[in-house]
Amino acid sequence: MRTGSYSRRIVISRIMECVIFFFAFISLLPLTLILFYLAKKGMAAIDWQFLTHLPRPVGEEGGGVVNAIVGSAILIFCATLMAVPLGVGAGLYLSEAKEGKLSYWTRVAVDILQGSPSIVMGVVVYLWVVKPMQSFSALSGSIALAIMMLPMVIYSTEETLKAIPCTLKEAALALGVPYYRTILKVVIPAGMSGITTGVLIGVARIAGETAPLLFTAFGSPFLDINPLKPVAALPLVVFNYATSPYPQWWEQAWGASLVLTFLVLCLHLTAKIGTRRWKIQF
Amino acid sequence: MENPILITENLKAYYGNHLVLKDINLEIPRLNITAIMGPSGCGKTTLLRCFNRLHELSPGGRIEGQIWLGDTDILSLDPIMVRRRIGMVFQRPNPFPTMSIYDNVIAGYKLNGMKLSRVEADEIVERALRGAALWDEVKDILHRRGTFLSGGQQQRLCIARALAMNPEVILLDEPTSALDPKATAHIEELLISLKSRVTIIIVTHNIGQAGRIADYTAFLYLGELVEFGPTERLFTAPKDRRTEEYLSGKFG
Ligand SMILES: Nc1ncnc2c1ncn2[C@@H]1O[C@H](COP(=O)(O)OP(=O)(O)OP(=O)(O)O)[C@@H](O)[C@H]1O
Ligand SMILES: [Mg+2]
Repeated sequence: MRTGSYSRRIVISRIMECVIFFFAFISLLPLTLILFYLAKKGMAAIDWQFLTHLPRPVGEEGGGVVNAIVGSAILIFCATLMAVPLGVGAGLYLSEAKEGKLSYWTRVAVDILQGSPSIVMGVVVYLWVVKPMQSFSALSGSIALAIMMLPMVIYSTEETLKAIPCTLKEAALALGVPYYRTILKVVIPAGMSGITTGVLIGVARIAGETAPLLFTAFGSPFLDINPLKPVAALPLVVFNYATSPYPQWWEQAWGASLVLTFLVLCLHLTAKIGTRRWKIQF
Repeated sequence: MENPILITENLKAYYGNHLVLKDINLEIPRLNITAIMGPSGCGKTTLLRCFNRLHELSPGGRIEGQIWLGDTDILSLDPIMVRRRIGMVFQRPNPFPTMSIYDNVIAGYKLNGMKLSRVEADEIVERALRGAALWDEVKDILHRRGTFLSGGQQQRLCIARALAMNPEVILLDEPTSALDPKATAHIEELLISLKSRVTIIIVTHNIGQAGRIADYTAFLYLGELVEFGPTERLFTAPKDRRTEEYLSGKFG
């Protein structure tokens, strides 16, 4: 009787293992297929010219997306520049003032922001920035992306700083270090790796955003680094080319998709490795 | 008592409305080791954190009464100045994880933005680490992270960090409760060797430890100072029944 139920349990546990393995496999499948398909289609479009030349008019052979690569770089860089100080500041506030009305309402606001559809960000920034300035611009695009990125930076900062033992802060305070110096020189450095990881994930998230850029950065066939002018971006190129009627552009859309995906993957991998590498032991 | 270094007068400490220390009147003798004992939750940590005004930073933390350091009431001083004169060592070793051993020792200077020349810094580091009986073990690995050290070494590093500021008083909150007996013995010896330079106040649960190192012992019970006196007298002839019961292990 005992041995019987025992071997039955072993069998059941075996079956469960197989089922779990099967589901794990299934969940990996879409990613692998997408990557495979993307690589196959995209590689055909990517060559040196694709990465270093401006687009050519329809009908002409060749041409590239260097404007979109540079444009995306500018947009991401400016968005990060805006979102990081604000986000780290807000996250710091939330981790320091755990209770309190302002923290509560900040959390509510950040939650709502995080849940807002990205197209809405685009429309709002259009109304706030593009209309008053009467021009699509890299600046407005970065602002829209920065707003998208903000919740991620805020929450990753808050979570990281909350995990830092309180005794560390007290160690500094007990040495007669003023509060603001304790925060700047002890708390933030101790949380640096977590904050950086959060920022990387945030960058990866906004790198592929299209909707907030539609009425802000708008896109441009030129290589222009003036932040007050419209600017191209990889996801915009994918969107515009893929919805165009020209097969030659479809191919370029695949190429741009692959470049974008590769970039996002690299960011995620760096974040993953970074979390382990830069981990600070308390 | 002759020339005490710290005197509390009707010291009360609160967390919100919760009165944790009730009219403590205590005179801490200079250049001696004073142990603070008492059952868990009686307010030992709170008392210690009043001395360097860390208590005010706890949510709802509030102090009433006076604490005299020499002839100034530390409650009227800038807390930052108080903390530079009264150092603290915590229950769990807490070296700064982003700093080397070397930088940990001079953290009080660096974090406060005080400029030290290379020679001065070297000197302070060596003197503090020798003072904390850690120099021989770490002199060749000063550039390594402080968190690489063993628990006992980390705790001595924290003592060195406090010593480096040349404080008049060092507060220790159960500094050996996270350490093994050997590391504990090491720290006890160290404290005895330090008392010619600096006044030491140590919270401990360990009656044996108080007996071994403390010249004076204060016994707290439910936020009251029940008894204070030379350790030997307090241990052999306690005046209060509660002290006696605590020492004989009836509660704790
Ligand atoms: N942060 C806090 N907020 C509110 N009450 C607190 C806080 N810290 C401690 N207390 C209360 O203050 C009282 C004294 O606490 P304290 O930490 O000083 O005790 P202790 O003697 O150090 O105890 P232990 O031996 O366990 O360390 C306890 O009743 C505790 O519940
Ligand atoms: Mg305590």
